Amino acid sequence: MMRADPRRGRKRRRRSRWLDPRGRHLGTWAFVANRLTGLGLVAYLYLHLVILSTLLRGPEAWDGLVELFRHPLVLAFDLLLVAGLAFHGFNGLRVALVGSGLLVDRHKAMLAAATILVGLVTLVAAVRIFA
Amino acid sequence: MSAPPTVLFRIFRYGPADAAPRYDEFRVPVGPRTTVLDALLVVSLPQDPGLAIRHSCLHGSCGTCGMRVNGREILACVTRLEGLGDPVVVEPLAGAPVVGDLVVDMEQLYRRLEPAGRPLVRASERAGPGGPGGAAAGPALEELERFEDCLECGLCLSACPVAGDPRFLGPVALAAAERVLEEPRGADPRAVLGWVDDAHGAWRCHAAFECSAVCPAGVDPAGAIMRLRRRLLRDRLPRLVGRYHQEVPS
Repeated sequence: MMRADPRRGRKRRRRSRWLDPRGRHLGTWAFVANRLTGLGLVAYLYLHLVILSTLLRGPEAWDGLVELFRHPLVLAFDLLLVAGLAFHGFNGLRVALVGSGLLVDRHKAMLAAATILVGLVTLVAAVRIFA
Repeated sequence: MSAPPTVLFRIFRYGPADAAPRYDEFRVPVGPRTTVLDALLVVSLPQDPGLAIRHSCLHGSCGTCGMRVNGREILACVTRLEGLGDPVVVEPLAGAPVVGDLVVDMEQLYRRLEPAGRPLVRASERAGPGGPGGAAAGPALEELERFEDCLECGLCLSACPVAGDPRFLGPVALAAAERVLEEPRGADPRAVLGWVDDAHGAWRCHAAFECSAVCPAGVDPAGAIMRLRRRLLRDRLPRLVGRYHQEVPS
């Protein structure tokens, strides 16, 4: 039998591996969420630096930006940021523990605990941001 | 008498001569005990003899009929259609080159396993006066038997979200390495530890536990990888602390 070019097959199949959620279990969803929140936080870091650079253009420019930050859509983005940060932190702690061979049998319970903590942090942040 | 119910199968097709993969659809009559493999054989025999499928034992012990159904890795011969819905999407295992349709090249899996020495122990080699499954087989022996259940079916490699990178040793090889450390049988544990202590070895795993979730034989590769890491850390920490004390004079 003639074989397909292995390099070709491998390349084609690698593209969407971790972004294909069909049939996946909780652990992969947590892994994907951790990766996405990580990428989001890196993007935010650069956005934050760009925003801070507005200070170089004087107080008027900065005040205009602060006004924009009070818009409900931007506040909702802030809340999303807090939720992403909380998930990345709490889940990262879980992955660090499990990845060091500690509490391996409890990884699902720890994920549930991390999710509850993320919910609580997001709730408190929502009250503080929107109240 | 009414006609038997049917299920629509959407099957991945790809051959060496094809420019791109495609999905072909077949409607297959099914019964309450029809398995995925039964249905695929119905497709391949009377409808499309060109469909490439690999299978052997028909009872989940050879591991050759691994594939993805609705995105999830299964052994086709022991997976019934009940609850899979309609249509059923059938694809080859991910992370391995497709030889044809639902058949992938398993060479990478075997190559990954080779350095661990493939520590498979057959039933006749088990210790204990009671023999396999006997009353003498206590909990400790059960633990030792875990990796022997590995079918080398490759479902874990397909399910792992990072095993698409061929540099990663992958769950099956790392679990085999942990098995060697557990019971060396003459192998050198230091060599095995050196082999897995690598950015693309035990440290590449992202703890998604997908490999353990899909394993049809109850092997727990993710648990084995975490035990391996604990052992590596236990070995590494004193060395790191020792180096620190050497570099920073008191």
